[in-house]
Amino acid sequence: MWNIAVKNERTTEDIALGIRRRVFEHAMRNNGGYLSQACSSAEQLAWLYNEELNLGAPTLPMIPKPFGGVPHADNPDYHTGAGYNGPFEPDFDRLFIAPAHYALVAYATLIETGRMAAEGLEMFNKDGSSVEMIGAEHSPGMEVHNGTLGIGLSTAAGLAWARKRKGEKGRVWVYMSDGEVQEGQTWEAIQCCAHHRIDNVKAIMDVNRQQCDGAMDSVMEVGDIKTKMENFGAVVVEVDAHNVNDMREAAKTKHEGKPLIILANSNPFHAMPILEERFPRLHYVRFKSEDERARMNISIAESLGVDPIDYAH
Amino acid sequence: MVEMVSRPYERAFEKHALANPEVLCISADLTSSCEIDKFRDNHPDQFLSMGMAEQNMMSFCGGLGLAGYRPFIHTFGVFTYRRPYDQLMASIAYPRRKVRIMGFLPGITTPGGMTHQAIEDISVMRSMPNMTILETGDATEVESICEAADSIDGPVYCRVLRGSMPRLFDTPIKVGEMRELSLGNDVLIVTAGITTEEAMRATKALEAAGVSVRHLHLHTIKPFNAEAILDHINAVKGGVITLENHVTEGGIGSLVAEVMADNGVGKKLRRLGLKDTYAHGGSRAYLMRYYGLDALALTQGVEDLLGKKLGISEADLAEARVDAVHSLAKAEGL
Repeated sequence: MWNIAVKNERTTEDIALGIRRRVFEHAMRNNGGYLSQACSSAEQLAWLYNEELNLGAPTLPMIPKPFGGVPHADNPDYHTGAGYNGPFEPDFDRLFIAPAHYALVAYATLIETGRMAAEGLEMFNKDGSSVEMIGAEHSPGMEVHNGTLGIGLSTAAGLAWARKRKGEKGRVWVYMSDGEVQEGQTWEAIQCCAHHRIDNVKAIMDVNRQQCDGAMDSVMEVGDIKTKMENFGAVVVEVDAHNVNDMREAAKTKHEGKPLIILANSNPFHAMPILEERFPRLHYVRFKSEDERARMNISIAESLGVDPIDYAH
Repeated sequence: MVEMVSRPYERAFEKHALANPEVLCISADLTSSCEIDKFRDNHPDQFLSMGMAEQNMMSFCGGLGLAGYRPFIHTFGVFTYRRPYDQLMASIAYPRRKVRIMGFLPGITTPGGMTHQAIEDISVMRSMPNMTILETGDATEVESICEAADSIDGPVYCRVLRGSMPRLFDTPIKVGEMRELSLGNDVLIVTAGITTEEAMRATKALEAAGVSVRHLHLHTIKPFNAEAILDHINAVKGGVITLENHVTEGGIGSLVAEVMADNGVGKKLRRLGLKDTYAHGGSRAYLMRYYGLDALALTQGVEDLLGKKLGISEADLAEARVDAVHSLAKAEGL
């Protein structure tokens, strides 16, 4: 049984390191993975789960159940993966991981914060598993499908409006990625929050300036995200994504009648500097040769303070 | 004389929403066009303006549904699935949120032209897992659409009529059933929405010309009772004809074709509707004539199906209108 008293026994920095180590090991064994997302986002997700979110104990088994079918009238036992974030109680927060491509990092976070067993990561992207590559709503820690980017904030806004109407104290947090600002829906969602004074929505956005095709500036320039968001009606704070204290302070910002969006400026090769060799194709790092895999193994292991992974076995 | 009813949706929605506090009235900048302007003014606490931003509206309503509310989305049908298709799929249909999509101006019931005419909505919604589809064909069905839609355990798309419309039926929509408007044995006519009134006009003229008509009206398009319609298909000698305010691909014509093919029924089928074409802007009567969606098109379709001329003129149909509507409304009571 998960013990709520365990919370905060480890520092958020230590959990972030643990997340990177797990994602690194997974990527080495599988000849690639979402390494750069672990670099940029580990402190943010660690901070959310270890400090900021008010969550109850998980309601689902530590070792995830296999895929149990999609929502359907004939599938009455269907449930989402939100139980890893605890029960739906009025005072507890809810979290949406808007870029579902960060799932590997999110699963590693669940493990590091004692919400899922390490075996869960072994099931990642395996046929018949609920621990899917792009987080599905039945995947651990997920509550809705966010695989198409830009829908997370709108869903959160709707839920937050409803929770406010019901007098629930729990907040709705959204983990976002900066590429999502290229989607018109993101701006629709911000203007909607402002118009309806939805201020129990809080978001933290991984501003790593990367997207699938490469550096965002080469794919589609988005300009000054902070100013644009403020003009659409959000309260926006910029922080260093690798400085936990920055995030703590930012979360205290008053934002009455408006959503709060924390822009976490991150380094896409933070704590794994050798990844810079792969710039600007960082979205999914698949090793190009055995030689590259071996070099990255040695270098990243050294950066993270662990032994190289024996991926041959 | 057939009774004409003005703005039945306006009263029906207010009554239903006030009796069900979990129902929320959602609008996308077409509040008076969808007959909910009085509701907005009288019950602002239960009304949410989402502006012209349908993508956000769909996912937002998914969030409302997650919290246990049952949002009724009001806008033109075409705006609920073309632009926000992804959001409709991911935020509403997949998770089976109890979102009730009230799609006004189905098919060619608007002079707004291509951008405003939902001519392939049924096709789109039929292929969307978890979606239920209802369609209204008269004032009584519009009066009962809110309750019918809100009884569904999952999302619903409804084709809703607005403004002034005839009362053809005297019983509310019973989800999953179909209306048997006449029970002849030469041809089976299957219609839904506004084409039912046309078929009722045509039926009397066809009967006068010696054709025994079996006529079914569909208000529940998905899920669909294939067994029930199969019995009717088997009961006619001369074949089946469908008439829909929709393209002939993916709508009720396709639905009937699938039932016939699945069951190896070797009968002729004529599917009338928009034939792989967009429409343009114009009055409803003009568009129904121009695109072959009216009573005359139906009688011509029956001639084609039976391979003989029936000699029915436009004058015969105009004359048939009032009597046919009245008598068939009664016949349905059988």
